[in-house]
Amino acid sequence: MLTEAQAWQALDAVEDPEIPVISVTELGIVREVILGEDGLRVVVTPTYSGCPATEMIAESIVDALKAAGAGKVSVETRLAPPWSTDWIAEGAREKLRAYGIVPPQPALPDGAQVVRFMSRHVACPRCASKRTTRLSEFGSTACKSLYRCEDCREPFEYFKPI
Amino acid sequence: MGAPAMTQTTPAHLEYVLRLGDAALIHGQRLSEWCGHAPVLEEDLALANMALDFVGQARMLLSHAGTLEGKGRDEDTLAFLRHEGQYRNPTLCEMPNTDFAHTMIKGFLLSSFNLLMWSRLCGSSDKALAAIAAKSLKEARYHAEHTGDWVIRLGDGTEESHRRAQAALDILWPYTNELFAANPTDDAAAAAGVGPAWSELAEAWEAAVLPVLQQATLTVPARTPFQTYGKFGRHSEHLGHLLAVMQHLPRSFPGATW
Repeated sequence: MLTEAQAWQALDAVEDPEIPVISVTELGIVREVILGEDGLRVVVTPTYSGCPATEMIAESIVDALKAAGAGKVSVETRLAPPWSTDWIAEGAREKLRAYGIVPPQPALPDGAQVVRFMSRHVACPRCASKRTTRLSEFGSTACKSLYRCEDCREPFEYFKPI
Repeated sequence: MGAPAMTQTTPAHLEYVLRLGDAALIHGQRLSEWCGHAPVLEEDLALANMALDFVGQARMLLSHAGTLEGKGRDEDTLAFLRHEGQYRNPTLCEMPNTDFAHTMIKGFLLSSFNLLMWSRLCGSSDKALAAIAAKSLKEARYHAEHTGDWVIRLGDGTEESHRRAQAALDILWPYTNELFAANPTDDAAAAAGVGPAWSELAEAWEAAVLPVLQQATLTVPARTPFQTYGKFGRHSEHLGHLLAVMQHLPRSFPGATW
């Protein structure tokens, strides 16, 4: 039987399949771990409604906990409150940057007005230049935009705040 | 509002949730048809990603509708095994894709509506619906932003892009009448605190949409008495064709899993 601390430790090793440098706990999607008579329940909040990684993440969580010695494991989805990029762990932000993904700026508050032709100053994760251009609002996944640095000319991704 | 705890689902409540789920699903399906066909790669990614958001929202809403109905129908059963007369999406959602301007205008009109709808539904007496709304609101925000940017770019762009954007607005505008048409389902849902009567959103929607259309130098067509009835299951000829494509696999191979 795992303790709650051991369960969290096992979860710390479960990678986000799309961004393998950070774990699901660093991503902030694991909301609660409940040790019950009917086994271990892990409460997860999805990132995007249509994120295709959601089901894979649930499977990885079950596999990791079983490998760590848990008996019965179930994963529950909790929608409210909705996930925000503000929940990404502080330490994970530098890991993202080192991986070439600029971490998200703070999310807009609820009820914020739509902004037209939004331009954000996103500094290049390689050379820190602020002369960057957004190439595409959507990148390899829904959660990232594609940018290019005008100084070192390298493309990079920006984790969009939501 | 102090609505009583929901012990039994009313038909209006179910109908209201089903309508939201069907609107998301049909709009998502139309967006997904762009995959591999958008004018530039960046927009191909954007359209496919937005399609995923809508289909994801539809999954949550239809699962919830299945729970409310209590007859054991899940999201797949509701999506794949209902015929067109049982679909409750507004007709606007099912209008077939023509060109990119048409998709951006339609996406903008719908996303601006969704933005208002989800913010109101965050306070729904149906807690599961309120949770879906809070999640979807974040996504509606960038859908409205992305499509709105394109409406301005195309409308206030070249002669050709303006012509296309105006033509799309002329075709689609009359279908927005249906969004705000009063009906007993909305009245009952509003009275129970499930969500706003859609007609209540008309003024705020126009206040959000008109300045963008103006900035896009587009001429807003005059309102006409034209009415469509997709919300009540009376659809255009286009929905059946869409469903034939979308439902083909599960209908041809019942019980198939993937």
